[in-house]
Amino acid sequence: MSDIATDNGGWPLFEVFIRSKQGLSHVHAGSLHAADAKMAIENARDVYTRRNEGTSIWVVPSEAISASAPEDKGALFDPADSKIYRHPTFYTVPDDVECL
Amino acid sequence: MVHEAGSSDEMRERFDAWVAAENKVEPQDWMPEGYRKTLVRQISQHAHSEIIGMQPEGNWITRAPSLRRKAILLAKVQDEAGHGLYLYSAAETLNVSRDQMEADLMSGKAKYSSIFNYPTLTWADVGAIGWLVDGAAIVNQIPLCRCSYGPYARAMIRVCKEESFHQRQGFELMMALSQGTAEQKAMAQDALNRWWWPAVQMFGPPDNDSPHSAQNMAWKIKRFSNDDLRQKFIDMTVKQAQALDLEIPDPDLKYNEETGHWEIGEIDWDEFWAVVKGHGPASRQRMANKRNAHADGAWVREAAVAFAQKERARAQKAAA
Ligand SMILES: [Fe+2]
Ligand SMILES: [Fe+2]
Ligand SMILES: [Fe+2]
Repeated sequence: MSDIATDNGGWPLFEVFIRSKQGLSHVHAGSLHAADAKMAIENARDVYTRRNEGTSIWVVPSEAISASAPEDKGALFDPADSKIYRHPTFYTVPDDVECL
Repeated sequence: MVHEAGSSDEMRERFDAWVAAENKVEPQDWMPEGYRKTLVRQISQHAHSEIIGMQPEGNWITRAPSLRRKAILLAKVQDEAGHGLYLYSAAETLNVSRDQMEADLMSGKAKYSSIFNYPTLTWADVGAIGWLVDGAAIVNQIPLCRCSYGPYARAMIRVCKEESFHQRQGFELMMALSQGTAEQKAMAQDALNRWWWPAVQMFGPPDNDSPHSAQNMAWKIKRFSNDDLRQKFIDMTVKQAQALDLEIPDPDLKYNEETGHWEIGEIDWDEFWAVVKGHGPASRQRMANKRNAHADGAWVREAAVAFAQKERARAQKAAA
C-alpha cells in the first residue's frame, strides 16, 4: 500500500463496512474520501449511519482490497454448479423418518 | 457480465443482450464508452444537484420559525450532502476522480438541476421545495433504483429511502401555513406560484426534444420518458394541492376524463433553457458560494493531509 494521503492533496478512498446489529457481520455500505482512517470513521458515521444503521464501522483503504477478476468468474465459480450433492435436497429419504 | 474478448462489435452485442435481460453492470465489467460517458455525466450532474441543492434551503436554517422546524431542516440539508457523496462515489467507480468532478462543477463545465437556481424568498419556499422539488425528485429517482449500472442503482435505493421524509415534511409545512392565518396561506400560495413551473420543468425537455432518450432507455439507464414522468408528477401533485386547498398557477389546467390525466398549459421552455445556460435568478450566487466554500476550506483539507502524514511518520518512528 502506498501513501495513505496522496500528494496531490486529494484524500484517498476508503471502503466502509457497517455492522447493523450486534451478532451480524460487517457489510459493505459504500466508500468515501478521508485524509486518514480516523477521519474516514468519523465521516462514515455521518454519511452512512444517520438513521441508526450501525453499531460498528470498519474502514479499509480501497487500494488495499484485492478482488477477483470478472473474467475469472467461470473458472472460479462454475465448478460448484455440478456439485449438487453438496445440498441437502440432493438426497432422497423417507418422508416419515424425522430429524433428517 | 461482459468482459473483454472478441471484437468490439461482439462485445457491444453481448453487452446489449446482457443489459436487455435486466442484468446489472458492475465497475470492472466491459462497457461501451458511450454508456460510461452517459453515466458519468448523469451521476455527476445528479451529485452536483444534491450539493448545490443545499444552498436554497440552507438559506433558512438560522431563520426557521421553531426548534422543531430547524432540526428537521438541518437533518434534510445534511441528508442532501449525504446523497451527493453516495453519488460521487458511484461516479468514481467509472474512473473519474472526485477532484475532476468538483473542478468541472466550479468551472461551470458540469451542470446541475436548474431548479436550484431559483431563490428562496420566504419560509414557505422551504415547504414548497420539500413538497414539489423533492416530490419531483422522487418520481424521477424511483425508476433509477432499477438502473442497469449497479453502483448507481444501489446509491439511488439509499437516496429514495431518505427522500420520503423530505417530501412529507415539506407537505406538512405547507399544510401548517395553508391552515394558518390568511397571511400565512397567501405565503404558501405565493411559494406554489413561483415553484410550480420550475418543478414541472425538472423532468427535462419534452420527449420530441430529448435526442439521447432512446439509447438511454435501451441501456436501461432511463426507464420512463421525460413526459411520462412529468405526467405522473402532475397527477399526484394536483390532488395534493387540492388537499392543501392551494391553487396550481395554471389557468389551462384541466382534467381529461378519457385519459384520466390532468393536462397542463404550455411550458415556458425558453425560460428553462435560459436557466440551464446559467441565467437563472440565483445562478451566479450559487456558483460563487460553492467556489468560495471550496477556497475557504482549502486550508482545512491541507491541514488534514499534513496531520495524517505527521501521524503516520510518528507511528513509523515508534515502530522502528
Ligand atoms: Fe437528495
Ligand atoms: Fe435528489
Ligand atoms: Fe431531498
